[in-house]
Amino acid sequence: MAVSAQQFCTFCIDRQYFAVPVQSVQEVIRYQEMTRVPLVPAVIRGLINLRGQIVVAYDLRRRLGYPDWAEAQKPMNVVVRADGETVSLLVDEIGDVIEVDESCAEQPPETLRAEMRELVQGVYKQKDQLLLVLDTERTVTGAALECK
Amino acid sequence: MDDLIKDFLLESRENLDHLDQDFVKLETCPGDRELLKSIFRTIHTIKGTCGFLGFTKLESLTHAGENLLSQLREGAIALNTERTTALLQMVDAVRQMLDGIESRGNEGERDDSSLIETLTRLQKDQEVGPRTAEKVKEPEAAALQASAGVEAEKPKQAGETAKTEEFLGEAVKLLGKILVERNMASAEEVAAAIQKQLEGDTRPLGEILLERGAVKAQDMAAALQVQQQARASTAEGSIRVDVGLLDKLMNLVGELVLARNQIVQYMQKVDDHSLVVASQRLNLITTELQEGVMKTRMQPIGNIWSKFPRTVRDLAMSCGKQVRIEMDGKETELDKTIVEAIKDPLTHLVRNAVDHGIELPEKRAAAGKSVEGLLHLRAYHEGGQVNIEISDDGAGLDIEKIRKKAQQRGLLRPEQASVLTEREAANLIFLPGLSTAEKVSSVSGRGVGMDVVKTNIEKIGGTVDVQSKPGQGTTVRMKIPLTLAIIPALIVTSGEDRYAIPQVSLLELVRLEGEHARKGIEMLSGAPVHRLRGELLPLVYLKRELNNGAGDAFELKSAAEHRETASVNIVVLQAEDRQFGLVVDEINDTEEIVVKPLSKQMKSIDTFAGATIMGDGCVALILDVMGLAQRANVVGENRERAGSAREAATTSKGNEKCAMLLLQCGDEGRMAMELSLVARLEEFKADSIETAGEQQVVQYRGEIMPLVRVSEVLRLGRHSEAQDRSGMTQVVVYSKDGRRVGLVVDRILDIVEESVALQQPGKREGLFGSAVIQQRVTDLLDVHSLIRTAIPDFFESQLAREER
Repeated sequence: MAVSAQQFCTFCIDRQYFAVPVQSVQEVIRYQEMTRVPLVPAVIRGLINLRGQIVVAYDLRRRLGYPDWAEAQKPMNVVVRADGETVSLLVDEIGDVIEVDESCAEQPPETLRAEMRELVQGVYKQKDQLLLVLDTERTVTGAALECK
Repeated sequence: MDDLIKDFLLESRENLDHLDQDFVKLETCPGDRELLKSIFRTIHTIKGTCGFLGFTKLESLTHAGENLLSQLREGAIALNTERTTALLQMVDAVRQMLDGIESRGNEGERDDSSLIETLTRLQKDQEVGPRTAEKVKEPEAAALQASAGVEAEKPKQAGETAKTEEFLGEAVKLLGKILVERNMASAEEVAAAIQKQLEGDTRPLGEILLERGAVKAQDMAAALQVQQQARASTAEGSIRVDVGLLDKLMNLVGELVLARNQIVQYMQKVDDHSLVVASQRLNLITTELQEGVMKTRMQPIGNIWSKFPRTVRDLAMSCGKQVRIEMDGKETELDKTIVEAIKDPLTHLVRNAVDHGIELPEKRAAAGKSVEGLLHLRAYHEGGQVNIEISDDGAGLDIEKIRKKAQQRGLLRPEQASVLTEREAANLIFLPGLSTAEKVSSVSGRGVGMDVVKTNIEKIGGTVDVQSKPGQGTTVRMKIPLTLAIIPALIVTSGEDRYAIPQVSLLELVRLEGEHARKGIEMLSGAPVHRLRGELLPLVYLKRELNNGAGDAFELKSAAEHRETASVNIVVLQAEDRQFGLVVDEINDTEEIVVKPLSKQMKSIDTFAGATIMGDGCVALILDVMGLAQRANVVGENRERAGSAREAATTSKGNEKCAMLLLQCGDEGRMAMELSLVARLEEFKADSIETAGEQQVVQYRGEIMPLVRVSEVLRLGRHSEAQDRSGMTQVVVYSKDGRRVGLVVDRILDIVEESVALQQPGKREGLFGSAVIQQRVTDLLDVHSLIRTAIPDFFESQLAREER
C-alpha cells in the first residue's frame, strides 16, 4: 500500500474489532427491516430498502463463523461498495473511524479459522487490541455464497 | 447564451423532429391539408423567430422552404418525392445551423444557395405551367416575411390580414403586433423598424425600437413577457425538466418514504386520534408522491421510434427499396436511462433490416411478395421485462453462409459448425467480425455492429436473439429488463413474506372454501392436483418451494393448516404452454410495482425475477413464474419459450397452434373463440342483470357493461341453462379500447391450445365456420361480427371517438 497511514471504519462482532477501509464505506445505519430471501445461502440475511435502492444484507457473523445473534439483538448496517454493488454488512456495533499506521500491519496468522483467513487481509496491532481488516470484495463473493 | 436563443433552439429542435415525421406521413397521404398546414406553421414559426433573432441565413432558407410549402398548401403543385427530399434536406440544413448556433453562436459559413435554388425551382411544376395563383402568392409571401409590420400597416386589407392570421394559426404572436395592440408603440414606428430590418439591420426588432425611442423599456419587457407566455402555452401543457433534478427528487422521495415508515411504525404505539389521522394522510400522500416521481422518469419507447420513419425512408430511397414501417406498443414505457441505452442498438437494427433484410423490389416481386417490404417494430411487457422485436419480411439470413463465414474467420471449428442448430447458427451474427453482406455499403456490412448491439444490450442486462426463416424474413428480439419499469403484479402472501407475481403470467384466481377446500385438492401419488373445469391442474405450494429442504416440516404444518383454514387460494399461472396452480396463503391485491434487479449474487436463482419496494417501504421479491415452474418440475428443463408460436396463434387462424376458449351455448352448441380476445371470465348473479333501453346490462367495475347473449344472437334456440345450477350467469368479457361487452354463454368448458383447421366456412353471421377441436366439431365464434350484430355501434362509436 502506497500510503503509510490509512483510515478505517471499525465495528465489532462478538467483542472482536474489525474494520474496512473508510473509502469503501457509503454510510452506517441502524437496524433495518429485512425481507427474507428464500433459497439463498444463509449468509445473505435479506434485502433492505435503502432509500429506494434494494440492498443485500450479509450476515458477517455467519460469514465469519460466529454464532448467530440472539433474537432480541438488532444488528447494525455498514453499507459498503463492493464488487460494483452496494451491499450492507450486518455487524454487532459500529466503532470509530480510526487512522492506523501502515507499519503496525501484519499478515493474518495461519492459525486463524478458515472463514476468517479468507476475508481478513491484514492484522493491525493497536495499543489495547488487535484490528482485523476485512477485504470487502471477498466478503460478498467466494464459495460460501454460491447459490444452489 | 441568451435565454431567448436557448428557448428558440430547444423549441425549434422539437418542431423539426415533428416535421420529419410529418413529411414522411405526408408522402403517404399527399392530400392531407391539415398536415400541410401544421408543417407550414412550424416552418413559419422558425422563420419568424430567426428573423426576430437576426439569423438571416436561416431565415432565407426557411423562407424558400415556406414558399414551396405554401404552393403545396394552395394545391398549386403536388407533393412528389423530389419535393419531399428537398424539404427534408432543408430540415437537415436548419438542424445543422441550429447546432452551429448552439456551439458557436452563429449560423456558420455554410452556403445553402443551391438548396434554396432547388426549393425555388420546385415551386413550379415542370409539366404544368405555373398557375396564376402563383403571381398572387409572391406578395403574400413577402407580406409574411415582414408580418408584424405589414399587419400593422395594412389593417384595411381585411381579406389579406385574415389570411395571414390563418397562416399563423396558434403560432406565437409577433412582438410588433403585441406592441401595437397594447398601444405601446405606434404602427408606423413598428413598420419603420421592420423596414430597417429588411434593409439589412440584423438587430432584433425590440432593440431597434428601443434605440429609436419608440417604446419604453418597461413596455418592451411587458410585451416580451406576453410573447413568452404565449410560447409556453403552445407547448401542450408540458414542461422540460432537468433529469438531474428528477434523480434528486427521486432520492428525496426515497428518504421521505423512510421517514414516513418510521412515523407509521411509531404511530402504532400512540393513542392520539388526530395524530393517527394525520400520519395516515402522510402515508397516503407519500405513496402517491413516490409513484408520481417514479413515473416522471418513464418514457414511452415511441420517443425513439418516432425517428425511424425518416431513417427508413431515407435509407430505403438510397438503396432503391420500398419499405413500410409499422409499430406496435409505442406506449410501452421504459426508464429514461434504458430508453437512451437502447437507442443506438435499435437504430442499428432498423438500418440493418432495411439495408440487407428487405430485398430489392424486383427480387421481392420475383419471390411473389408484395413489392413493398414491411418493417415491423413491436414492444410489450412480458414477465417483468420489455420485449422489443424488429422484424422484416425480407429474404432472411443465409444460414449456410453464416456457418461458412464463421469457419473462415476461425470463429467456429468445422465439427462445431455441423452440430449447430439453425437458431444457434443464426445467432452467430452477433459474433464480432462476422458479416454476410456481399458488399460493404455505407450503412453496414463491415462486420462491426451486431456484436456492438449485443454488447450494448447486455450491458444493461438484456438479451438479444435472432430468428430467421429463409425467404420469410428475420426477427430480432430483445429482452430488456425494466430496471425501473412499472408492471402490474399480484401481491400474495406466503408465511410472513410477500411476493409479487407479474400479471402477464396470471390466468385466474381460484378460491376453494369449506367443503371444496377439503375435497378440491386430490393427491396423485403425492402430487397435489385440482380439477379446474374438468381439467387436472397440477398444484405447487409456494411455501414448500421456497422452504428448501424443509419438506417434512412443511408436510406436517400444511396438513394441520388444511384442517384449520377453511379456504385454499390458488393462483393459476401460465408457464410456457403449461398451466399450474400456485397455492398461497393469501391473495392481497394487484399493484403497479417498480421492478428492480437483484444483485449479482442472487441472479443465479431463477425463481426470482427481481425485487420491488412496496408501498410501505418494505422489499418484496418478484416471482419468476417460469423459474418457479421449473423448480417444481411443472415444465421441462428447456427454458426456450415458444414465443413465435404463441404470437402466430393470436394472428392467424391457419394451421398453427392457437389458444382457444371452449364454450357451450344452447343445448348442443359447442363453440370456441380465440383466447386472446378474452379480457376476463366473470360470473354474475342472475339478479344483478338489469335492463337499460332494450339492452341487458350489468354493473361491472364501476361501468355499465352491455351483455350479449350468444345463443340468442346466433339463434340457437332457448338457452336452456343460461344460468347454471348455482344461479350464476357465465360471462366472457371482451374489451376494446376501454369499452367492454359481456358475452353470455351457458358454460365455459375449457381452454385448449390446438391447431385449428377451419373446415366449413361460416354460413351464419357471427361464425367463422366449424372446426374439429378435441375430436369434436366446434363452431368458431367470430366475436367481432357477433358483437356488431348485437350492438351495431360498438365499434363505430369507438371509431368516432378515435377521430375525436
